This record gives sequence, C-alpha cells and structure tokens, in this order.
Amino acid sequence: MILKKKELSRELKNFTINFGPQHPAAHGVLRLILELDGEVVERADPHIGLLHRATEKLIESKTYIQALPYFDRLDYVSMMAQEHTYSLAIEKIAGIKVPRRAQVIRVLFAEITRILNHLLAVGCHAMDVGAMTPFMWAFEEREKLMEFYERVSGARMHAAYIRPGGVSLDLPLGFLDDVYIFATQFNLRLDEIEEMLTGNRIWKERLVDIGVVSAKKAVDWGFSGVMLRGSGLPWDLRKTQPYEIYSEMDFSIPVGNAGDCYDRYLIRIEEMRQSLHLIQQAITLISEGPIKTDNYKLTPPTRSEMKTSMEAVIHHFKLYTEGIVLPFGETYTATEAPKGEFGVYLISNNTEKPYRCKIKAPGFGHLQALDEMSRGHMIADVVTIIGTQDIVFGEVDR
Amino acid sequence: MSIKIQKFEQLRNILPILTYQRFKDENNIVVSHDNLLFSLTCLKNHTTCQYKLLSCISGVDFLGKDYRFSVVYDLLSLIFNTRIRVKVFVNEITPVPSVVSVFVNANWWEREVWDLYGIFFENHPDLRRILTDYGFEGHPMRKDFPLTGYVELKYDESRKRIVVEPVKLAQEFRSFTFETPW
Repeated sequence: MILKKKELSRELKNFTINFGPQHPAAHGVLRLILELDGEVVERADPHIGLLHRATEKLIESKTYIQALPYFDRLDYVSMMAQEHTYSLAIEKIAGIKVPRRAQVIRVLFAEITRILNHLLAVGCHAMDVGAMTPFMWAFEEREKLMEFYERVSGARMHAAYIRPGGVSLDLPLGFLDDVYIFATQFNLRLDEIEEMLTGNRIWKERLVDIGVVSAKKAVDWGFSGVMLRGSGLPWDLRKTQPYEIYSEMDFSIPVGNAGDCYDRYLIRIEEMRQSLHLIQQAITLISEGPIKTDNYKLTPPTRSEMKTSMEAVIHHFKLYTEGIVLPFGETYTATEAPKGEFGVYLISNNTEKPYRCKIKAPGFGHLQALDEMSRGHMIADVVTIIGTQDIVFGEVDR
Repeated sequence: MSIKIQKFEQLRNILPILTYQRFKDENNIVVSHDNLLFSLTCLKNHTTCQYKLLSCISGVDFLGKDYRFSVVYDLLSLIFNTRIRVKVFVNEITPVPSVVSVFVNANWWEREVWDLYGIFFENHPDLRRILTDYGFEGHPMRKDFPLTGYVELKYDESRKRIVVEPVKLAQEFRSFTFETPW
C-alpha cells in the first residue's frame, strides 16, 4: 500500500477528556476539562460550582448566630477553624475581648482541627497516589478527634462550638486527660504513617518534582498556608499576625525549599507534630474561668443566672429572637486555617443581619493555579496535584 | 498589621485616593475606577508598599445608591506584614477594568464577581460564569434577586430527563426581621 504524502502529514489534534465530576480522585465534584497530548496535559480547565449552595446569599438573610453553622459546612474537614474566623470577625466589629479560658479552648480545638484536616489531606493524597494503608490509619485517628468534637458539642463534625464571644459550652470532666492521652500516642501513629510514605520509593517517584511552584509564582497566585510555605516562604498568620494566644506559644513553622508535592507532604506531617506540641501547651496553659464574655448582647446568660435575674431572662429572649446587633463596620479577618488563609469580609449595618459576608476560601485561590501547575505533567500527576492542593469542594464552591 | 498615618500621607502623594477610611486597625482606600489599574500596580510595586499578594476580590451591592456596586480588593504585603483594602464604586452600566494583568489570581475572583453581581470587567481574558449552573440566568448575589431564586430543577419521570420549572413555594416566603419576628 502506498501512502500519499498528504495523508502522512495530517495534523494531529489534541485529545480532550472530561475528568470528573464523579471521579473518586477529583475530591468531590471537580469537573476538569483536560486537553491532552498523548498522556501529557496541555491545558486544564477546572469547572467548579457543582456544589454551590449560595452560602453567602443565605448568610445575608440570617442573623449573625444563625449564620454560624454555615461555616462548618464550608470546608467540611476543618470545621472549627472556620467558625473561629467568623467569630473573630464579629468580635472585631463588636470590640469584644474573649476570656482567657475560651481563648485556650479555641486554640486547642483549632489545633485538633488542623490535625483532623491534615490527616485527611495526607491520607486521601496517599490513597489517590495508590497507598491504601495510611488512609485507613489516618481515619482511625480522625475518629478519635471527632469524638473530642462530639464530647464538647454533641456533633461529630458540624459542631457550631466556637461562638462569637467565646465557646458555647465548657469542657466536660476528664476531657483534657483524654486529649493528653491522645497527644502522647499520636506521635507514634504519625511515625507509622511516615514509615509507609516518607522513604517509600513509589511515593517519592510520584511526588518529588511534581507540581513545582516557585516562591514568586506562589505569591503571584495568591497562595496561602501550606502551598505558600512549601515554596519556601515562612508565612504563617499564627506567627505573623497572631490572634488568640498564639503569640505566647512556642511552635515553629516548617518551610519547604523545592516547592514540590513532596515538600508539601513533609510540611503537613511536621505541622501535625507542631500542632501536637501546641495541644500539649494548651493543656498546661488552660486555667479556670468563664468560657464566654459576660456581655449578654453577644452571648446568652447562664441557666442559673436566668433563674434569679429578670434582666438575664430578657437578655436571653432578646438574643434568641432578635440576635446580635452589630454597629456599622467592616472587617477582613483572616486566620490560618489548615488549608491556608481563611478570610471573612464582613460588613455590618447596625442590624441583626450581616449586610455582606464574603468568604475567602483558600482552596478557591489554589485551584485556579491547577492549570499552570499541571501543564506539562502526565495525566496521573494531575491527581497528585489535586491531592497536594488539599481541595475540598465545600469551600471552593461555597 | 496596619500602616501608620504618616505612611498614609506618603501613600496620598503617590496614589489618586478619593477617600481614606480606617476601621479598627484596617485601612481602606477608595479610588475611582479609571485609576484602579494604576493604583494597584503602584501598591504592588512601589518600594514602600509591596502589596504583592491579592487575597481576594469581593463585590458588594448597595441597592438604592447612585454607585450601586463596590468591588473590594484585599491586598497583603508579605514584606511589611500589612493589609490594605482598595475599593471601587461603580453603577450598573460602568465596567471595572480587569486587574488580571497586575494580579494573575484576580482571574477567578473577577469571574466570581461577574457571575454573582453582574459587574462587567473590561479586558478580562476569560469572563465566564464560575459558580452558578451552566445556563443560569441572572446574578444571584444582587440584593434584588430573591433568596429562593426564580427556577427550580427536578427530574421528570415521564420525560426521563431533568426539567427546569419556575419555582413553586408551598408557603409564601417569609422574611423574619426584628420588627416582625413571626
């Protein structure tokens, strides 16, 4: 058979495939349009919004307290970190100081939440890449942490525990003992997970030099959290713009130097160890005292007070019918959530409802860099990059 | 956390600032939409500012005002450890210049503002809807867009596909305010 020259030089078209939205490695509902040249990614176009629940719109029609549980449901693996940011934003506009015990409890739970999130991040990342075992071990530990959530708030995940003005309830008896026991044994679990992954040849082959982000690029893309630190920038809001009692606590910030997926994995592991250190400090720092402010415009009075004081009953009634009234003001409050800088841009207009509550989710910023990070990599590396970005669609789609 | 007032005076010398507001320890500056690109470039690159990182862009709808929409840029300087908020006020028909040429990550944030508020961004490379459904009509975060929306989706058993219908509420939508709590 003789082939004509014209047929031989026929132009090859790139192959376009749909990745997701029901792909297990897409971390939820990411729909990715991948333009492939063979197995190499030429262009990635993420389509998001499949989990859009109009949280910001709903918050505008709710009172400040009613809006709080929506924050649990944004990034549903680091629940309390987000309540915390929202509470801090309200406290900033209201000009409220939180009692010391509440601050320590908040830090304690912020760090428990960080471990909770990083366990899922590392576990699921390992599973996407092909290591099943660390995922199982991580989920066993997560179960223990969610039990801590349950013991203080009654809910395993959507706790609504950190409230404006403090926390909703005091710690139950014996709670700190159990946290201490957890903190002493968790290091071993981490060692086990590291034994499976850190030196593992397959794991390193899949992660080293994949999704490299230079420090300049990381800033240009507006990265925060682990994604920024992985590229070598020692930026952590707990250190640089400390809130609660982080300024008096001793911890260090792990920083990567290559800016690849492997560095970010190592940082997550080290951050869990630092969180453990912080939890142990919080246990020693905690003191007796009130767990919420006695400003009854923001927090409900205690039950015993309501039995004796008419004023307390009125405050209780006003708080649960009208809600918190915040004066005119606006704030952009950001905290170091496990995934990065989680910000709340809150505009209040002297009513009981927020005029505008913009949620700055770290994942949203990270995901838009997926195109650049995955360009030139193999299709299997896209999964690695999604895993390293620690994408959770609750917060990306809001 | 905050720039000093005398530093703001320096800022005024280099930027065409319309108003300066300070709330608690946060700095807001308002610039006109013509000067937005210049102001942001300046804030990003000027030696005394170095706001290299764009945290987020938010839209706000002040229904009933002359300049109905405001687009808010939250900037962060990693070197000086400061934040600043740049605001632009526009009406419904004025487009805002896109800042993608200055901050790459403005791309999705501007798409989000366009999607939810319908504020048009001039010279944006790829202004598509981002959060709402394919084929969605309207801009849902506008204050005059009802909370329940206009259409609902459901699976039609007889036609074996998903159909879009006007929203039907079993009970009239009630907005609870303090004046009418029930």
